[in-house]
Amino acid sequence: MSTPGEMGTESWPLWEVFVRANRGLSHVHVGSLHAPDSDMAVRNARDLYTRRNEGVSIWVVPADAITTSDPDAKGAFFESPAGKNYRHAVYYTKSEGVKHL
Amino acid sequence: MSVDRLALADEFAGAGAAGDGAVASADVAEYALRLGDDALVLAQQLGMWIARAPELEEDVALGNIALDLIGHARSLLHYAGTATGRSEDDLAYWRDEPEWRNAWIFEQPNGDFAHTIARQLFIATYLFELYGELSASTDPTLAAIAAKSVKEVDYHRDHATQWVLRLAGGTDESRRRMIAAVADTWPYVDELFHDDELVERLASEGVAVLPSRLREPFDEVIDAVLAEAELELPTGRTAFIASGGGRRGSHTEHLGPLLAEMQVLARQHPGASW
Repeated sequence: MSTPGEMGTESWPLWEVFVRANRGLSHVHVGSLHAPDSDMAVRNARDLYTRRNEGVSIWVVPADAITTSDPDAKGAFFESPAGKNYRHAVYYTKSEGVKHL
Repeated sequence: MSVDRLALADEFAGAGAAGDGAVASADVAEYALRLGDDALVLAQQLGMWIARAPELEEDVALGNIALDLIGHARSLLHYAGTATGRSEDDLAYWRDEPEWRNAWIFEQPNGDFAHTIARQLFIATYLFELYGELSASTDPTLAAIAAKSVKEVDYHRDHATQWVLRLAGGTDESRRRMIAAVADTWPYVDELFHDDELVERLASEGVAVLPSRLREPFDEVIDAVLAEAELELPTGRTAFIASGGGRRGSHTEHLGPLLAEMQVLARQHPGASW
Protein backbone atom coordinates (compact mmCIF):
# COMPACT_ATOMS: atom_id res chain seq x y z
CA MET A 1 0.00 0.00 0.00
CA SER A 2 1.31 3.42 -0.87
CA THR A 3 0.98 6.70 0.94
CA PRO A 4 -1.64 9.07 -0.49
CA GLY A 5 0.06 11.58 -2.77
CA GLU A 6 2.88 9.27 -3.73
CA MET A 7 1.07 7.47 -6.52
CA GLY A 8 2.00 8.57 -10.01
CA THR A 9 -1.66 8.86 -11.00
CA GLU A 10 -2.23 11.64 -8.49
CA SER A 11 -1.16 14.90 -10.02
CA TRP A 12 -1.23 17.11 -6.94
CA PRO A 13 0.90 16.62 -3.81
CA LEU A 14 -0.61 16.01 -0.40
CA TRP A 15 -0.65 18.69 2.31
CA GLU A 16 -1.36 18.40 6.03
CA VAL A 17 -3.60 21.12 7.40
CA PHE A 18 -3.43 22.74 10.83
CA VAL A 19 -6.09 25.17 12.02
CA ARG A 20 -6.03 27.49 15.02
CA ALA A 21 -9.51 27.93 16.39
CA ASN A 22 -8.89 31.05 18.47
CA ARG A 23 -6.24 33.49 19.55
CA GLY A 24 -4.13 31.92 22.25
CA LEU A 25 -4.74 28.33 21.20
CA SER A 26 -2.27 26.33 19.16
CA HIS A 27 -2.77 25.09 15.63
CA VAL A 28 -4.30 21.61 15.60
CA HIS A 29 -4.07 19.06 12.83
CA VAL A 30 -7.48 18.80 11.14
CA GLY A 31 -6.78 16.69 8.06
CA SER A 32 -5.11 16.70 4.71
CA LEU A 33 -5.83 17.71 1.13
CA HIS A 34 -4.36 17.86 -2.35
CA ALA A 35 -3.22 21.11 -3.94
CA PRO A 36 -0.81 22.07 -6.71
CA ASP A 37 1.21 24.41 -4.47
CA SER A 38 1.25 26.00 -1.02
CA ASP A 39 -0.84 29.06 -1.96
CA MET A 40 -3.62 26.89 -3.34
CA ALA A 41 -3.30 24.54 -0.38
CA VAL A 42 -4.11 27.40 2.02
CA ARG A 43 -7.14 28.33 -0.09
CA ASN A 44 -8.35 24.76 -0.35
CA ALA A 45 -7.89 24.40 3.40
CA ARG A 46 -10.00 27.51 3.92
CA ASP A 47 -12.76 25.95 1.82
CA LEU A 48 -12.54 22.47 3.29
CA TYR A 49 -11.83 23.06 6.95
CA THR A 50 -12.99 26.54 7.98
CA ARG A 51 -16.36 26.85 6.28
CA ARG A 52 -18.23 26.63 9.58
CA ASN A 53 -16.21 29.22 11.44
CA GLU A 54 -13.66 26.76 12.75
CA GLY A 55 -10.60 28.92 12.64
CA VAL A 56 -8.71 32.19 12.53
CA SER A 57 -5.43 30.88 11.14
CA ILE A 58 -4.32 28.05 8.84
CA TRP A 59 -0.99 26.30 8.38
CA VAL A 60 -0.30 23.87 5.56
CA VAL A 61 2.72 21.58 5.49
CA PRO A 62 3.81 19.32 2.64
CA ALA A 63 2.99 15.82 3.85
CA ASP A 64 6.38 14.54 2.72
CA ALA A 65 8.12 17.16 4.87
CA ILE A 66 6.83 15.40 7.98
CA THR A 67 9.04 12.75 9.55
CA THR A 68 7.01 10.23 11.49
CA SER A 69 7.84 7.65 14.08
CA ASP A 70 8.07 4.11 12.76
CA PRO A 71 4.76 2.30 13.33
CA ASP A 72 6.65 -1.00 13.64
CA ALA A 73 8.77 0.37 16.47
CA LYS A 74 5.79 0.98 18.73
CA GLY A 75 7.22 -1.16 21.50
CA ALA A 76 10.57 0.54 21.67
CA PHE A 77 9.07 3.99 21.30
CA PHE A 78 5.91 4.00 23.34
CA GLU A 79 5.80 1.16 25.85
CA SER A 80 8.60 2.40 28.03
CA PRO A 81 6.35 4.71 30.13
CA ALA A 82 4.21 1.73 31.13
CA GLY A 83 4.77 0.97 34.84
CA LYS A 84 6.36 4.35 35.47
CA ASN A 85 3.38 6.02 37.06
CA TYR A 86 5.69 8.19 39.15
CA ARG A 87 6.13 10.26 36.03
CA HIS A 88 2.60 11.54 36.57
CA ALA A 89 2.43 14.43 38.98
CA VAL A 90 -0.60 12.91 40.75
CA TYR A 91 1.79 11.05 43.09
CA TYR A 92 2.80 14.22 44.82
CA THR A 93 0.71 15.59 47.64
CA LYS A 94 -0.19 19.17 47.48
CA SER A 95 1.33 21.42 50.11
CA GLU A 96 -1.16 23.29 52.17
CA GLY A 97 -2.12 26.75 50.98
CA VAL A 98 -0.90 26.34 47.37
CA LYS A 99 -3.44 27.77 45.05
CA HIS A 100 -4.31 27.18 41.42
CA LEU A 101 -3.27 23.52 41.19
CA MET B 1 -44.69 28.59 6.47
CA SER B 2 -42.33 25.73 7.27
CA VAL B 3 -39.84 25.64 10.14
CA ASP B 4 -37.01 25.68 7.61
CA ARG B 5 -38.27 28.85 6.07
CA LEU B 6 -38.46 30.56 9.45
CA ALA B 7 -34.87 29.65 10.29
CA LEU B 8 -33.59 30.69 6.88
CA ALA B 9 -35.31 34.06 7.08
CA ASP B 10 -32.66 35.11 9.62
CA GLU B 11 -30.01 34.72 6.96
CA PHE B 12 -31.18 37.54 4.73
CA ALA B 13 -28.41 40.08 4.67
CA GLY B 14 -29.89 43.51 4.98
CA ALA B 15 -33.22 42.29 6.36
CA GLY B 16 -34.05 44.78 9.08
CA ALA B 17 -31.31 47.21 8.02
CA ALA B 18 -34.05 49.71 7.21
CA GLY B 19 -36.26 48.53 10.03
CA ASP B 20 -38.39 45.40 9.74
CA GLY B 21 -40.49 45.06 6.65
CA ALA B 22 -38.63 47.47 4.36
CA VAL B 23 -40.47 47.54 1.04
CA ALA B 24 -38.60 48.25 -2.18
CA SER B 25 -39.97 50.78 -4.66
CA ALA B 26 -40.64 49.54 -8.19
CA ASP B 27 -37.32 50.98 -9.41
CA VAL B 28 -35.30 49.56 -6.53
CA ALA B 29 -37.01 46.20 -6.96
CA GLU B 30 -36.03 46.08 -10.64
CA TYR B 31 -32.44 46.96 -9.74
CA ALA B 32 -32.31 44.32 -6.99
CA LEU B 33 -33.77 41.83 -9.45
CA ARG B 34 -30.90 42.42 -11.86
CA LEU B 35 -28.30 41.86 -9.18
CA GLY B 36 -30.16 38.89 -7.73
CA ASP B 37 -30.61 37.22 -11.12
CA ASP B 38 -26.89 37.66 -11.87
CA ALA B 39 -26.02 35.91 -8.61
CA LEU B 40 -28.57 33.10 -8.92
CA VAL B 41 -27.75 32.18 -12.52
CA LEU B 42 -24.04 32.05 -11.75
CA ALA B 43 -24.67 29.97 -8.62
CA GLN B 44 -26.65 27.47 -10.67
CA GLN B 45 -23.81 27.26 -13.22
CA LEU B 46 -21.13 26.70 -10.59
CA GLY B 47 -23.26 24.07 -8.90
CA MET B 48 -22.97 22.01 -12.08
CA TRP B 49 -19.25 21.58 -11.37
CA ILE B 50 -19.87 19.65 -8.17
CA ALA B 51 -18.55 16.11 -8.70
CA ARG B 52 -17.12 17.19 -12.08
CA ALA B 53 -14.28 19.56 -11.12
CA PRO B 54 -10.66 18.57 -11.84
CA GLU B 55 -10.10 17.59 -8.19
CA LEU B 56 -12.27 17.00 -5.15
CA GLU B 57 -10.86 20.14 -3.51
CA GLU B 58 -12.04 22.21 -6.47
CA ASP B 59 -15.55 20.72 -6.21
CA VAL B 60 -15.71 22.14 -2.72
CA ALA B 61 -14.18 25.50 -3.67
CA LEU B 62 -16.65 26.07 -6.51
CA GLY B 63 -19.49 24.74 -4.37
CA ASN B 64 -18.63 27.25 -1.64
CA ILE B 65 -18.57 30.09 -4.13
CA ALA B 66 -21.95 28.97 -5.48
CA LEU B 67 -23.37 28.95 -1.95
CA ASP B 68 -22.09 32.47 -1.32
CA LEU B 69 -23.85 33.57 -4.50
CA ILE B 70 -27.09 31.85 -3.53
CA GLY B 71 -26.93 33.81 -0.29
CA HIS B 72 -26.60 37.07 -2.24
CA ALA B 73 -29.42 36.02 -4.59
CA ARG B 74 -31.77 35.15 -1.74
CA SER B 75 -31.26 38.51 -0.03
CA LEU B 76 -31.61 40.47 -3.26
CA LEU B 77 -34.61 38.55 -4.61
CA HIS B 78 -36.31 38.69 -1.22
CA TYR B 79 -35.93 42.46 -1.26
CA ALA B 80 -37.04 42.70 -4.91
CA GLY B 81 -40.13 40.65 -4.06
CA THR B 82 -41.25 43.05 -1.33
CA ALA B 83 -42.42 45.47 -4.05
CA THR B 84 -44.93 43.00 -5.44
CA GLY B 85 -45.60 40.69 -2.51
CA ARG B 86 -43.62 37.81 -4.00
CA SER B 87 -41.15 35.59 -2.16
CA GLU B 88 -37.62 34.86 -3.36
CA ASP B 89 -38.85 31.40 -4.33
CA ASP B 90 -41.65 32.90 -6.44
CA LEU B 91 -39.06 34.95 -8.28
CA ALA B 92 -36.53 32.14 -8.67
CA TYR B 93 -38.88 29.38 -9.76
CA TRP B 94 -41.91 31.00 -11.36
CA ARG B 95 -40.50 33.47 -13.82
CA ASP B 96 -39.93 32.51 -17.46
CA GLU B 97 -36.88 33.42 -19.50
CA PRO B 98 -37.97 36.89 -20.75
CA GLU B 99 -38.59 37.94 -17.13
CA TRP B 100 -34.97 37.30 -16.12
CA ARG B 101 -32.70 40.32 -15.85
CA ASN B 102 -29.21 38.82 -15.62
CA ALA B 103 -26.48 40.00 -18.01
CA TRP B 104 -25.35 37.57 -20.68
CA ILE B 105 -21.97 36.74 -19.20
CA PHE B 106 -23.67 35.01 -16.27
CA GLU B 107 -25.57 32.59 -18.51
CA GLN B 108 -22.61 31.66 -20.74
CA PRO B 109 -21.90 27.95 -20.36
CA ASN B 110 -19.28 26.53 -18.01
CA GLY B 111 -17.21 25.19 -20.91
CA ASP B 112 -13.96 23.65 -19.74
CA PHE B 113 -12.41 24.61 -16.41
CA ALA B 114 -10.50 27.50 -18.03
CA HIS B 115 -13.74 28.98 -19.40
CA THR B 116 -15.34 28.83 -15.98
CA ILE B 117 -12.27 30.49 -14.46
CA ALA B 118 -12.20 33.27 -17.08
CA ARG B 119 -15.90 33.94 -16.45
CA GLN B 120 -15.21 33.92 -12.69
CA LEU B 121 -12.35 36.39 -13.01
CA PHE B 122 -14.35 38.92 -15.01
CA ILE B 123 -17.53 38.56 -12.94
CA ALA B 124 -15.89 38.55 -9.51
CA THR B 125 -13.77 41.59 -10.40
CA TYR B 126 -16.90 43.44 -11.57
CA LEU B 127 -18.92 42.38 -8.50
CA PHE B 128 -16.12 43.38 -6.14
CA GLU B 129 -16.06 46.92 -7.55
CA LEU B 130 -19.88 47.05 -7.65
CA TYR B 131 -20.53 45.85 -4.09
CA GLY B 132 -17.71 48.02 -2.76
CA GLU B 133 -19.47 51.10 -4.12
CA LEU B 134 -22.98 49.85 -3.36
CA SER B 135 -22.18 49.42 0.32
CA ALA B 136 -22.43 53.24 0.47
CA SER B 137 -25.91 53.19 -1.10
CA THR B 138 -28.55 55.48 0.37
CA ASP B 139 -30.84 52.43 0.42
CA PRO B 140 -29.97 50.77 3.74
CA THR B 141 -31.05 47.28 2.62
CA LEU B 142 -28.95 47.33 -0.54
CA ALA B 143 -26.04 48.81 1.41
CA ALA B 144 -26.20 46.01 3.97
CA ILE B 145 -26.41 43.28 1.34
CA ALA B 146 -23.47 44.80 -0.54
CA ALA B 147 -21.36 45.16 2.59
CA LYS B 148 -21.77 41.47 3.36
CA SER B 149 -21.28 40.34 -0.22
CA VAL B 150 -18.16 42.35 -1.00
CA LYS B 151 -16.03 40.26 1.38
CA GLU B 152 -17.20 37.07 -0.27
CA VAL B 153 -16.63 38.20 -3.85
CA ASP B 154 -13.18 39.39 -2.77
CA TYR B 155 -12.38 35.74 -2.18
CA HIS B 156 -14.03 34.67 -5.44
CA ARG B 157 -11.78 37.11 -7.27
CA ASP B 158 -8.72 35.78 -5.51
CA HIS B 159 -9.69 32.19 -6.32
CA ALA B 160 -10.12 33.01 -10.00
CA THR B 161 -6.89 35.02 -10.12
CA GLN B 162 -4.89 32.17 -8.63
CA TRP B 163 -6.25 29.81 -11.25
CA VAL B 164 -5.69 32.17 -14.17
CA LEU B 165 -2.04 32.47 -13.14
CA ARG B 166 -1.63 28.71 -12.82
CA LEU B 167 -3.44 27.75 -16.00
CA ALA B 168 -1.65 30.44 -18.02
CA GLY B 169 1.71 29.48 -16.55
CA GLY B 170 1.13 25.73 -16.45
CA THR B 171 1.46 23.37 -19.40
CA ASP B 172 1.16 24.26 -23.09
CA GLU B 173 -2.31 22.71 -23.04
CA SER B 174 -3.52 24.66 -19.97
CA ARG B 175 -2.15 27.89 -21.44
CA ARG B 176 -3.82 27.24 -24.79
CA ARG B 177 -7.15 26.67 -23.02
CA MET B 178 -6.79 29.77 -20.84
CA ILE B 179 -6.08 31.96 -23.89
CA ALA B 180 -9.14 30.53 -25.67
CA ALA B 181 -11.29 31.06 -22.58
CA VAL B 182 -10.33 34.72 -22.22
CA ALA B 183 -11.02 35.28 -25.93
CA ASP B 184 -14.43 33.56 -25.77
CA THR B 185 -15.59 35.31 -22.60
CA TRP B 186 -14.32 38.83 -23.28
CA PRO B 187 -17.17 39.82 -25.68
CA TYR B 188 -19.66 39.51 -22.80
CA VAL B 189 -17.79 41.83 -20.44
CA ASP B 190 -18.96 45.06 -22.07
CA GLU B 191 -22.64 44.58 -21.17
CA LEU B 192 -21.81 44.71 -17.46
CA PHE B 193 -20.94 48.38 -17.79
CA HIS B 194 -23.97 49.59 -19.75
CA ASP B 195 -25.94 52.42 -18.14
CA ASP B 196 -29.64 52.79 -18.81
CA GLU B 197 -32.48 55.02 -17.62
CA LEU B 198 -33.20 52.93 -14.55
CA VAL B 199 -29.67 52.96 -13.13
CA GLU B 200 -29.23 56.63 -14.06
CA ARG B 201 -32.39 57.49 -12.14
CA LEU B 202 -31.36 55.41 -9.14
CA ALA B 203 -27.75 56.58 -9.24
CA SER B 204 -28.88 60.21 -9.11
CA GLU B 205 -30.57 59.38 -5.80
CA GLY B 206 -27.45 57.58 -4.53
CA VAL B 207 -29.28 54.25 -4.49
CA ALA B 208 -27.53 52.46 -7.36
CA VAL B 209 -24.03 52.50 -8.78
CA LEU B 210 -23.61 53.62 -12.39
CA PRO B 211 -22.11 50.57 -14.12
CA SER B 212 -20.00 52.77 -16.43
CA ARG B 213 -18.18 54.15 -13.37
CA LEU B 214 -16.89 50.67 -12.55
CA ARG B 215 -15.17 50.15 -15.89
CA GLU B 216 -11.93 51.92 -15.05
CA PRO B 217 -11.17 50.13 -11.77
CA PHE B 218 -12.26 46.87 -13.42
CA ASP B 219 -9.82 47.35 -16.31
CA GLU B 220 -7.00 48.17 -13.92
CA VAL B 221 -7.40 44.92 -12.02
CA ILE B 222 -7.90 42.79 -15.12
CA ASP B 223 -4.89 44.37 -16.85
CA ALA B 224 -2.72 43.60 -13.83
CA VAL B 225 -3.85 39.97 -13.60
CA LEU B 226 -3.48 39.35 -17.32
CA ALA B 227 -0.06 41.03 -17.34
CA GLU B 228 1.14 38.78 -14.54
CA ALA B 229 -0.24 35.76 -16.38
CA GLU B 230 1.37 37.03 -19.61
CA LEU B 231 -2.00 36.96 -21.34
CA GLU B 232 -3.44 39.53 -23.69
CA LEU B 233 -6.96 40.64 -24.37
CA PRO B 234 -8.24 39.59 -27.77
CA THR B 235 -7.72 41.96 -30.65
CA GLY B 236 -9.11 42.05 -34.17
CA ARG B 237 -11.85 39.66 -35.12
CA THR B 238 -12.15 38.01 -31.70
CA ALA B 239 -12.51 41.36 -29.96
CA PHE B 240 -16.14 41.80 -30.97
CA ILE B 241 -18.59 42.97 -28.33
CA ALA B 242 -21.80 41.06 -27.70
CA SER B 243 -24.79 43.39 -27.86
CA GLY B 244 -26.22 42.27 -24.54
CA GLY B 245 -29.83 42.70 -23.62
CA GLY B 246 -30.16 40.64 -20.46
CA ARG B 247 -31.33 43.66 -18.46
CA ARG B 248 -34.33 43.91 -20.83
CA GLY B 249 -35.07 40.19 -20.72
CA SER B 250 -33.48 39.29 -24.03
CA HIS B 251 -31.19 36.30 -23.55
CA THR B 252 -28.82 33.94 -25.33
CA GLU B 253 -29.86 30.36 -26.03
CA HIS B 254 -28.11 29.15 -22.86
CA LEU B 255 -30.48 30.59 -20.25
CA GLY B 256 -33.57 28.55 -21.15
CA PRO B 257 -32.13 25.08 -20.46
CA LEU B 258 -30.49 26.35 -17.27
CA LEU B 259 -33.80 27.70 -15.96
CA ALA B 260 -35.63 24.53 -16.99
CA GLU B 261 -33.30 22.43 -14.87
CA MET B 262 -33.38 24.83 -11.95
CA GLN B 263 -37.17 25.24 -11.94
CA VAL B 264 -38.47 21.79 -12.83
CA LEU B 265 -38.78 20.46 -9.29
CA ALA B 266 -40.53 23.51 -7.90
CA ARG B 267 -42.96 23.52 -10.83
CA GLN B 268 -43.75 19.82 -10.62
CA HIS B 269 -44.33 19.97 -6.88
CA PRO B 270 -45.55 23.49 -6.11
CA GLY B 271 -45.10 24.46 -2.48
CA ALA B 272 -43.04 21.36 -1.64
CA SER B 273 -40.74 21.74 1.36
CA TRP B 274 -38.05 19.59 2.94
